[in-house]
Amino acid sequence: MRTTSPIAGLFGRSPFRRLQQHMAVVAECVEEMVPLFEALTVGDRDKIAELKETIFALEGQADHIKNDIRAHLPKTLFLPVDRRDLLDQLHSQDSIADTAQDIVGLLVLRGMQIPPFMTDNLSAFVQLNVDAVRKCSEIVNMLDELLESSFRGRDVGRVIEMVDDLAQIEQNGDELGMLLVGDIFAREEELGPLDVVYWERLVEMLGDLADHAQKVGDRLRLLLAR
Amino acid sequence: MEYGLIYLSLAVLFGLYMTWGVGANDVANAMGTSVGSGAITVKKAIIIAAIFEFAGAFLAGGHVTGTIRKGILDASLIDSPEVLVYGMLSALLAAGVWLMVASYFGWPVSTTHTIVGSIIGFGVVGVGVDAVEWVAVGGIVASWVVSPILGATLAFILAQSIRVLVLDTDNPFANAQRWGPMYVFLMGVLIALVTFFKGLTHLNLELTTIQTFGIALLVGVIVAFIGKALIMRVEVDPEATRDFHYAAVEKVFAPLCVFTATGMAFAHGSNDVANGIGPLAAVVSTVQTGLVQQESALPLWILALGGVGIVLGLATMGYRVMRTIGTKITELTPSRGFCAELAAASTVVIASRLGLPVSTTHIIVGAVLGVGFARGIAAIDLRVVLSIVTSWLVTLPIGAALAAFFFFFFRGVFL
Repeated sequence: MRTTSPIAGLFGRSPFRRLQQHMAVVAECVEEMVPLFEALTVGDRDKIAELKETIFALEGQADHIKNDIRAHLPKTLFLPVDRRDLLDQLHSQDSIADTAQDIVGLLVLRGMQIPPFMTDNLSAFVQLNVDAVRKCSEIVNMLDELLESSFRGRDVGRVIEMVDDLAQIEQNGDELGMLLVGDIFAREEELGPLDVVYWERLVEMLGDLADHAQKVGDRLRLLLAR
Repeated sequence: MEYGLIYLSLAVLFGLYMTWGVGANDVANAMGTSVGSGAITVKKAIIIAAIFEFAGAFLAGGHVTGTIRKGILDASLIDSPEVLVYGMLSALLAAGVWLMVASYFGWPVSTTHTIVGSIIGFGVVGVGVDAVEWVAVGGIVASWVVSPILGATLAFILAQSIRVLVLDTDNPFANAQRWGPMYVFLMGVLIALVTFFKGLTHLNLELTTIQTFGIALLVGVIVAFIGKALIMRVEVDPEATRDFHYAAVEKVFAPLCVFTATGMAFAHGSNDVANGIGPLAAVVSTVQTGLVQQESALPLWILALGGVGIVLGLATMGYRVMRTIGTKITELTPSRGFCAELAAASTVVIASRLGLPVSTTHIIVGAVLGVGFARGIAAIDLRVVLSIVTSWLVTLPIGAALAAFFFFFFRGVFL
């Protein structure tokens, strides 16, 4: 006699825990940006190559979890929140890791070296964007608490506050990014046209880390508002 | 009666088989949520099931057994006692065969639906369409729709109340310890009230209304105190709480699930075991008296036999099935398992008291959906719900057709 338990099949796999796992890998991936830019400052090629491997591996791991979540989120699942909101959030989370991968790819492929005038501001800028992603990870880590309290009440207030904090970090990052781009344009002659284009693009990409992180927060805010 | 001993032996054999199946498969469904949420171990669940399934069948199973043996067919239209014996034997055999086939293919069918379908089937071909108490059958079928909805509603209300009273408060841990015993108290009172209401006539225990309320309150207070003692021992694990803020709160609900599992086992015994032995009881009273009787006492040994069958099922297969289910339900937290199980146990016990043979599994599924509607469960697979509804619709006619077939078979063999 085989077990005919409808109870065993009734519970689908929780997408929330998996989303938390995905975000944890994404955050780990982005954390590598700090040692990466340190290595770039001192021109440690070996370290950069090593970190590139780490970042690529983590991005691949995040992709793997992403595909797995999508594969286990059929339309027949009855979820406490809108399925599309979760998929959108997953997409935004994954974009963060994609951006990190693009950044390290450009740095390595073009063999970029940090112009001395940028060093301090750039390092602060990297840190701000990493902070934003870290905050985002903390927010996503509240999903199991939100589920426990049925996406209502005090935990919602806590999460909204965290999303506001994230928006503040992102805004600080934007201001510093503008400052950096201004510096780059001010030294067009000194840098040469290609360096201007690529450093401007790199600053933009670093800013995208916080942008995507904020988008994750906004998705969650939307999910809670419904 | 000629061949009386053969009829009796066959009925006991089939009855044991039915209740064995309930113990092997069905109990795991009833208690799977507790085991799956990690609140109780498989071993504890088996021990609880063995004791309280038996107690449920023995103390509160009489009403449902009565419905099965004399509520579905109008006995005055059955002209010979043999017809009733063949009919009940074929109902048992049909139910057993269909459950085995369904198990083989992994279809989620209900013992209750199969038994009721089989009795209707034999009634129509063996006696006539008029012999079926269609109004009573309509009531039973309606209860199959209403009971999961009631389970869902209760579970929804329980989940909301736990959110308001415990989870969404400044100190969820303290509030869980304060309100936990209250829920256990309510469950104890309800189950005792329903079980002892108007006394246990088959045990010659006559109780007045006031005595019943007194006993129910006493039972409630006792279980509440045991619950209180258990949950006061729970300590906060700072490490787990940092990762998941409600870790300690869930640890409070884990011992409380022992009580809902107990209530569930009792309720399940009072309904599913009882409807498994209903046809057996009908055969026994007919063979012993040689008459088709509408009113007769339910021998205690039959209720006991049902209990034995279930324990055999648990010992031989139930253990493994429960472990399988336990490992498959990993997403359920003790507080949610508590809501679903408390709601389901309450619904089943009420149905049992009304003599309505309901499907425990369907009510559990309804209760889980109710918690889901309260946004309490991460993901519920609606395909499973659909497959349950489908097998529900298929089981009645198939049970009826099989029973009709076996009825002609038995009549051909013995006449």
